[in-house]
Amino acid sequence: MLDIAIAYNRYKFLGNEFLTWLWFIIETGPKQLRQHDADLVSITVGNRMVLENTRNNAKESVTIKGDNAGLEEGRLAIKKGAVVAEIHLSYKTGPQHFEFNLKGESLNISSLKLPETGAVETSEDLEGVVLEKIYLIEKVVELVSRLFSHFVHLRLSNTWDRQTKAQIRKWSESN
Amino acid sequence: MGLLSSRNSITRYKVSGQLDGPVHETVYQGLKQHAIPKIEDEGSESIVGWTSLETPFAPDFEGYSFVFGAYMLFALRIDKKSIPPKLIQKHYALNTSKHLADTGRRFLSGNEKKAIKENVINTLARRIPAVPNVYDLVWEYDSASLWFFTNLKAMNEALETLFVKSFNLQLIRLVPYTAAVLTAELSDDEGDLLRNLGKNRSEE
Repeated sequence: MLDIAIAYNRYKFLGNEFLTWLWFIIETGPKQLRQHDADLVSITVGNRMVLENTRNNAKESVTIKGDNAGLEEGRLAIKKGAVVAEIHLSYKTGPQHFEFNLKGESLNISSLKLPETGAVETSEDLEGVVLEKIYLIEKVVELVSRLFSHFVHLRLSNTWDRQTKAQIRKWSESN
Repeated sequence: MGLLSSRNSITRYKVSGQLDGPVHETVYQGLKQHAIPKIEDEGSESIVGWTSLETPFAPDFEGYSFVFGAYMLFALRIDKKSIPPKLIQKHYALNTSKHLADTGRRFLSGNEKKAIKENVINTLARRIPAVPNVYDLVWEYDSASLWFFTNLKAMNEALETLFVKSFNLQLIRLVPYTAAVLTAELSDDEGDLLRNLGKNRSEE
């Protein structure tokens, strides 16, 4: 296994490509995501996205923010060779609604907002609330893990070069 | 930053290896041995240790209180003294003036200035209390998975160091490469392709 610092730097592109692919799938074929969560209602892009273009040895960032922000600039950035570096997602599964940020280079989850859980009023409540929170967090962690695994297999297959790259390019050029 | 907060940041880890001995007792001993001291060490700039979820300012792991079903929950606490730079600047100026007046000189050497500054920092560090920061973690021993509730790099490094010291187990942060290798169940061919992909990218 590679040293973590080397692995982090050498493969951060993989995390950014994952987020780019994820946005593409959310927009073009969200039903495919059901294979990773049978109770999935929806996964949508939330209110923030950061794109980075590191081609030509210069780093250029585009940040799109706002509840109803249009994502055309994001697609334009993709068309110019950028990748998604950070994405805010809204995830609905069964009756539950989660929101979180996902960072490509580290796969770190941040600003994770869980569905309401019971309050801890006495020490007897603690165990129940803790286990409920863990159960909810597990849903998000598991989803990210399954999506990433699916992406990695696709990325290492011939399909990536033969089909997916062209499909992503075509999508970024639409609208 | 904790499990019970309204918003969470999570760094995911895989725990490499197995504990020697019964899990809960071994973890309890590691936690007890490396718990954050109850009495503040006045001289040190920061101290790091384990604490408990329910009582982070009075660590208590008795009765395996860190066990919640299949999970172990405890927290990393870092008590850090942070001296405002302007305070250092003020005391440094006062001490420098006093030293010049006492010696009847007009200038100080570089070494004298350095010694005065160090003395000021040490004196202030003894007077200023450390600010505690608590970061929870959830460890599921059977699946070797651990969630640490912060994304701050310095805290992640502090966790990784203390975890090895306490339990003699290595933590592997799940970043794209390690997540692919450890969780995506790659075939041997895919593993080779992944390694080549990284090499090719770093050569670009």
